[in-house]
Parts: sequence; structure tokens; C-alpha cells
Amino acid sequence: METRDNQGQLWEVFIQSKPGQAFKHAGSVHAYDKNMAIENARDTYTRRGEGTGLWLIPSSEIVAVTENEAEYFFEPADVKIYRHPTFYNVPEGVTNM
Amino acid sequence: MLTQTINEEKLLAEFEAKINAEIKIEPKDWMPDEYRKHLIRQMSQHAHSEVIGMQPEGNWITRAPSLRSKKILLAKIQDEGGHGLYLYSAAETLGVSRDQFIQWLHEGKAKYSSVFNYPTLNWADIGAIGWLVDGAAITNQVSLQRTSYGPYSRAMVRICKEESFHQRQGYEIMWRMMEGTVDQQKMAQDAIDRWWWPALMMFGPHDTDSPRTSLAMKWRIKRESNDQLREKFINKTISQAEIIGLKVPDPNLIRNEDGTFKHGDINWDEFWQVVGGNGPCNQQRLEHHFNVHKEGAWVRESAIAYNIKHTNNQ
Ligand SMILES: [Fe+2]
Ligand SMILES: [Fe+2]
Repeated sequence: METRDNQGQLWEVFIQSKPGQAFKHAGSVHAYDKNMAIENARDTYTRRGEGTGLWLIPSSEIVAVTENEAEYFFEPADVKIYRHPTFYNVPEGVTNM
Repeated sequence: MLTQTINEEKLLAEFEAKINAEIKIEPKDWMPDEYRKHLIRQMSQHAHSEVIGMQPEGNWITRAPSLRSKKILLAKIQDEGGHGLYLYSAAETLGVSRDQFIQWLHEGKAKYSSVFNYPTLNWADIGAIGWLVDGAAITNQVSLQRTSYGPYSRAMVRICKEESFHQRQGYEIMWRMMEGTVDQQKMAQDAIDRWWWPALMMFGPHDTDSPRTSLAMKWRIKRESNDQLREKFINKTISQAEIIGLKVPDPNLIRNEDGTFKHGDINWDEFWQVVGGNGPCNQQRLEHHFNVHKEGAWVRESAIAYNIKHTNNQ
């Protein structure tokens, strides 16, 4: 729980710019609770119609893989080149595949 | 001990290789202490400038000459508050709390742009600030979009999108005054007379007198030097002044053959006086921030209490 005067805890802001699109990280805000987080994010990040949706997540709840760990973490996928269509040959003249 | 040194050298080499390849440095990446310190100083100064800069303009909200201009000024100042918040958040990724940044400001350990220590005497000053002060800030911020630190760069992209209206609304105020009565024209000229030099000083000392610049350029925190940015600003602003009939208050200004300009000597004594705390409004600006922060403490305390109560009831 917040004990020092740090203007609330840190929340990450994700904005959906149009219906149907993915939510994209925009930045962060400080807030004391969920409602305030949503309102602060609206006032800080969407003053010009930037979004049709907002997600707010306490920064401390985010689980992340960083670039430092990326090499060994993503390595298993790197060797499976047969997951890409370009791995395969098709006979001359075949189209629409 | 030896392995530690070798390790540091390797990390530094990797860090610099990334910088040279234009790969952004992110918060969790290894970075040299000097890089982190430079960013903490520069980004917090930038954030404080956005917030303190609300004061000279806020001074005119209740006296804006029309509802239209009042709405515009309110929106502009609200943007500046937002810019402060983007920048505090970006600066916090360097491992310093917002609380700490505010404390350093109040203790005088962190600075803000000295241009905000000048007073806004009349409505024309609001025009001059938008046009010249925001214009100078934009020149700097456009360049900083390419800074090597990821969170800083992303904050700059967002800020630059919002800034162009700031400069235009200021220029529009000046233009309307220049289309008005002789008294209004005099007011506009008086405003540029007072704000021109402080705006040029916003870019900081000449490159030859700016000891930290070389490291900041090497690690691409800054992409262009103080003098380069100042020249860019001068070259685009002078024709804007001429078009609406304003004169830049520099008797030694030289127009080069290629259309660029060479400005007269800047009064660096004045600059260092204001940076050192002796500008017309230094004390007022800081005291106001300190008092509002202190008087608002009960709001933050209530918000904490409310959250605790609410969480326990769930
Ligand atoms: Fe700004
Ligand atoms: Fe601005």
C-alpha cells in the first residue's frame, strides 16, 4: 500500500485508436484507484480523440520479458523455420497458395 | 575486481554499439551512470519547465479578451500540464520517484527553463509566449524525438504532435494585434522586444561554453547542439515576424547571403543571473509551486485513505 506522498501508484495506459484494433501502450499515469486511473488517463492521453477504448493496468502487475533475456527466451522459435511458408517449395505454375 | 572492469568495458561497448546503430536504450537495459545522471537532470528539468510554465500563462486566463481566446488558452495550458506528466513518467523509468523529483525542485537542486522567470505584463505577452517560447521549445523537442533513450523519445513524439497548435495560437494573437490599432501594434512590438532574447537564451549557452554537450551528443541524448538549434529557430522565426510587421530587437542582426541570419551578442550576464535565482519572478514561481503542493497534500492523503477503505471492504 502507498505510504509515501508519491501521487499514487503507477499505472500503464493502453489505447485502442479505432474499434477492432489492438490496444497499444501509450505511457503511464499516477492514480490512487481504478476510477482515478481511468480518468487521469483520459485527461492525459486522449485530449484529441486519440482513442475509442482504454485499458489501465497497475505497472506492478505486468509480467515482462526484456531484451536482455530475449535471446535465450525466444531461441526455441528461431530454429523452427518450417513454421514459415517460405520454407516450402511448390511446383512451377502453382498460384494462389 | 578485474572481471568486473572487463565486464563493464564489454557492457559499455555493447551500449555504444546500440547507440551507433540507432537502437533505443530502454529502462531495463544496462547504461553508464553518467548517461543515467544526464537523463535524470535533463528530463526532470524538462518536466519542471512544462509545469512551471503554466504559471505565467495561467496569469491571464481570467483576463482573456474573449471566450474564444479563453478556451484556447485553457486548452493550451492543460496540454502543458499533460506534457509535464508524460515527462515525469518517462523520467521515473530511470529509477527516481516522482516524489523525489518534486522535492529536488523545491530544494532548488533541479532547475526549470529560466524563461519562465519573466513576468507576463499584458495580453500581447500570451501571444509572444506561444509564438516565441513554444516556438523555441518545439525546435528543441523536434530534435529530441530522435534522442537515444526510448521513453524520452516517445514522450517527445507525443508532445510535438500537440505543440504546433500552441505556436499557431500565439502567432495568431500577435497577427491580430498587428492588424489592430496603433496602440495594439505597439503592445505587440513591446512584447517581442521583451521576449526575443529570453527565447534565444532557452537554447542554453554557446557550444564553446557548454561542458556537458559533448558527452550528450556522443551518446545521442542530444542530436543537435545549442547553437545549431538556436540558429534554426532564428532562421524560421524572422520571416514570420516580418510578415506581420514586427521587428526583431537586434540592431546587430546580419542577413547572410544565403538568407540565414547571424544574431548579435546575447547578454549572458542576464542569463546567468536568472539561472542563479535572480530573475524577476524566480521566487514567486517556486513559492507558488511549493505552496500549492503543500496545500494540496490533504487531497492526496484523502485519496490514499479512500483507497485503503475501499480495498478493505471488498
Ligand atoms: Fe509543452
Ligand atoms: Fe507548448
